[in-house]
Amino acid sequence: MSEDPTSKGKRFLEEIDEFCGSRRAWHVKHDEPTDPKYGWLPTERPIEKHIEYGVINLDKPPGPTSHEVVAWIKKMFNLERAGHGGTLEPLGT
Amino acid sequence: MGTVIHSSKEYVCVMQLHKPVDEDRLRQVVSMFVGTIYQKPPVRSSVKRSLRRKRINKIELLEYTGKYALMIIDCEAGTYMRKLCWDIGLILGVGAHMRELRRTRTGPFNEDKGLVRLQDLAEALYRWREEGKEDLLRRYILPGEYTVCGIPKVVLRDTAVESIVHGATLAVPGIAMIQEGIKRGDLVAMHTLKGELIGLAKALMSTEEVLEASRGEAFKPERVIMEPGLYPRAWKRRTG
Repeated sequence: MSEDPTSKGKRFLEEIDEFCGSRRAWHVKHDEPTDPKYGWLPTERPIEKHIEYGVINLDKPPGPTSHEVVAWIKKMFNLERAGHGGTLEPLGT
Repeated sequence: MGTVIHSSKEYVCVMQLHKPVDEDRLRQVVSMFVGTIYQKPPVRSSVKRSLRRKRINKIELLEYTGKYALMIIDCEAGTYMRKLCWDIGLILGVGAHMRELRRTRTGPFNEDKGLVRLQDLAEALYRWREEGKEDLLRRYILPGEYTVCGIPKVVLRDTAVESIVHGATLAVPGIAMIQEGIKRGDLVAMHTLKGELIGLAKALMSTEEVLEASRGEAFKPERVIMEPGLYPRAWKRRTG
């Protein structure tokens, strides 16, 4: 049997923090499971939702601006909304 | 994305000096730029050109040839590297400009954490659309939750989620888990028990206060990311 969504969710939250080397202890206020029929585990979202709520650590090529690259990605994925984590001048990568 | 755009950055930068200077002199001047500096954004920039205070955490001089200086810079978001090079040249008295630049880190996202190229994305999309295989897309696209790594977290019970998505303030009974070290006024990330990011909020109570209290408003949402309708509406609806 696979692990329940509550333990998987807890482990996912710990993984996010580990991603940037952060470690903070947790305190339980209400020990309660989550109902699998609502929402999704972030790693198990339907692919369309995964794209919509996703983030890409992109290696920007020299030449186009960050804004142009975002516009291409929006077009590639047919997205309404997309952004980036900071403007770089066109020659930066 | 809002938390990432305002997070610290790391760059690798090549600065070209217009006349050679002594390496010790260069090191001395470069170290003057570590700490809080004043910077006016360059003429071609994406923000208002007014004098701003920016924090530079680290400048490491990796190589110096007499003409080119290779540096690693760790700084606050919105610090202009082109301007930094120009200003270092000014203080050196010989003039300098930025020759090459690469950003090596944006908040938690650095070059070691699987950089994705545009052609990788194109390939992954083709594989999904033409062959129905999601594996590459899931490898290259991370759940957006990774953007809030390092921000203290509070986890909501299923029954509290939907009211927060609709803008309500989070009260103590809606909290399932909370991380240590939250102080009043801190920015926190609100998650579901499955780990999904609901949004960002400002703490009205500290971790200790939340643990001791049985009621009261604890977190005021500042930005909601989750779409409505995923979790049940648990609040009373007005009838009639």
